Amino acid sequence: MTQTMAVAKALNESLRKALENDPKVLIMGEDVGKLGGVFRITDGLHKDFGEGRVIDTPLAESGIVGTAIGLALRGYRPVVEIQFDGFVFPAYDQIVTQLAKMHARALGKIKLPVVIRIPYGGGIGAVEHHSESPEALFAHIPGLKVVSPSNASDAYWMLQQAIECDDPVIFFEPKRRYWDKGEVDVSALPGDLHRAVVAQQGTDITLAAYGPMVKVCLEAAAAAANEGRSLEVVDLRSLSPIDFDTIQASVERTGRLVVVHEAPVFYGAGAEIAARITERCFYHLEAPVLRVGGFHAPYPPARLEEEYLPGLDRVLDAVDRALAF
Amino acid sequence: MSVKSTAAGASPAKGRGRTSPRGHAAKPRTGDPGLVQLLTPEGERVEHPDYAIDLTPEELRGLYRDMVLTRRFDAEAITLQRQGELGLWASLLGQEAAQIGSGRATRPDDYVFPTYREHGVAWTRDVDPLNLLGMFRGVNHGGWDPNENNFQLYTIVIGSQTLHATGYAMGVAKDGADAAVIAYFGDGASSQGDVAESFTFAAVYNAPVVFFCQNNQWAISEPTEKQSRVPIYQRAAGYGFPGVRVDGNDVLAVLAVTRAALEHARSGQGPMLVEAFTYRMGAHTTTDDPTRYRRDEEREEWASKDPIARLKTYLEREGFADEAFYAGIDAESDALAKRVREGVRNMPNPGTMAIFDNVYADGSALVDEERAQFADYLASFEDAAAGSSAGTGH
Repeated sequence: MTQTMAVAKALNESLRKALENDPKVLIMGEDVGKLGGVFRITDGLHKDFGEGRVIDTPLAESGIVGTAIGLALRGYRPVVEIQFDGFVFPAYDQIVTQLAKMHARALGKIKLPVVIRIPYGGGIGAVEHHSESPEALFAHIPGLKVVSPSNASDAYWMLQQAIECDDPVIFFEPKRRYWDKGEVDVSALPGDLHRAVVAQQGTDITLAAYGPMVKVCLEAAAAAANEGRSLEVVDLRSLSPIDFDTIQASVERTGRLVVVHEAPVFYGAGAEIAARITERCFYHLEAPVLRVGGFHAPYPPARLEEEYLPGLDRVLDAVDRALAF
Repeated sequence: MSVKSTAAGASPAKGRGRTSPRGHAAKPRTGDPGLVQLLTPEGERVEHPDYAIDLTPEELRGLYRDMVLTRRFDAEAITLQRQGELGLWASLLGQEAAQIGSGRATRPDDYVFPTYREHGVAWTRDVDPLNLLGMFRGVNHGGWDPNENNFQLYTIVIGSQTLHATGYAMGVAKDGADAAVIAYFGDGASSQGDVAESFTFAAVYNAPVVFFCQNNQWAISEPTEKQSRVPIYQRAAGYGFPGVRVDGNDVLAVLAVTRAALEHARSGQGPMLVEAFTYRMGAHTTTDDPTRYRRDEEREEWASKDPIARLKTYLEREGFADEAFYAGIDAESDALAKRVREGVRNMPNPGTMAIFDNVYADGSALVDEERAQFADYLASFEDAAAGSSAGTGH
């Protein structure tokens, strides 16, 4: 049964289904109750499931994650909303030193099924701390799983899969895609949460992206097609673990790879992918792996973000450079 | 806001009568009226109007046994560290009454969230003392199943566990269970944001959690005055729940106050803060040197308040214990020390591939890949060894 819905609505429907399916699932966060969240992702859930399931919390991020850990230890499955990317840092200690490690410290005797939803990335004209892409900081931490959907169908399915997962999952939501509509088959069988997919087939070069940049890469592929170039786009979907097999298979077909993300390039996900793919595909590569992303500078004021964010032209420029080798 | 009114307002007990039901009111009260005490440093039994307790001689002997065995375990661990068998140890010396009194106040279905110094509390929860030594020996980072004795893993990051306790207590309340949660932390932790946030959450959600602060006067080298400008128990008032200070070297008072606090939580009245006023007789850990920051006289003064000596004086004064009892405990202590010593020395190192175990509950392709690569790498040495030994045959 396929329905057309925006990413935000898909997330909302996904949370609703998770609350219906499992009485242990809880929603927690600032303003997630009557307001329905600042992006309305939890809209209507408080009304239908009550304040015992959809919990408005004090304004204290470490407290939100720390108490979610305690609730998980008691057998609940908390889904925590951090209001914006830049506000996760007060909770970073709890996530890194506690949430990520407790399963291992107990030699596997306890599980921490906590999902932390973080609206991330720029492009909405916000003030500082509202447009950042801190995903590499979480993907670097063993014990955490990190995923990011790029479209409505993945938003719907991946969030439910994250909630069903017995590990802590950091769920990055591309906030500037919240209002993009897409097809969601709510009766389909979902794919593997950590499997990358080829979103667009091509033969000349592979673009690897996730979250908000998948759309940009698909647009770049369409534009390049007009110039007779065939770009393959891989949507990573998961950043920890990363499905290197799918990227490798693509690069073995195309011989070239450009990784695209909003986060600063320096120490970013692109560096990890470039290193691993170079190791795996050294004799298939016709050019060095290139990266397109943010600068080693604070996310700029909104009036400059169009220049900061990788757009069509910067992606196509990297394609030109890769093909020039 | 006066100290006195805060203390009075913070009391959870209903009765404010001048005489106690047991008729001990004629006995002199000692010390700070804001400090709950039932046994003076001289071993004299006194009463407190809000916190009565009536223990049988057998129960009193049990508390004494708990404290002595815990102290012996602690002493053995220090020795093992000095002998190189443990990488580090955090001694509880001096805090036996705070830990045994509060631990014995818990019920099996209550849940304990400790720091890394709660060896006495672990004892009261029937956690095998050897389990506590694994992380200090370096064979694991915790290593026990917290749900077996409702005793969570030790927490190294200061104050983190108070939030876990609060969340767990929120879950207890959701389940409609008749249980309470107790979170241990120190005076230093009271400065941490997580402790403040746990107070906020616990108050807002009326969570059945008791915050048990062992104020042992020193956070490594920082005195309590560097953490707080008011007595720590008074902070509870700012969050809207009761706080009380108890003589942490008085096992009877700690037991009575913690029992009342846990009952307060279980009965749906929400959180409570207990500040056990005690003293860390030893170093912060075996790497610390307290002679650099505190005076000998201070330690000597606190030594006169020793929790074990004071209970012993009381037992002897009342004729509740005889020589056979003490001899029995001595023998038990020796047996425990022997078991701990041998147990630590025989503790197996984890296998190398344990590095990759339990990183994820649902597994991870990345961990699987690195595990396989490292296994191949290790196997290459065996292949080389096999190759060279085969070579010598020629």
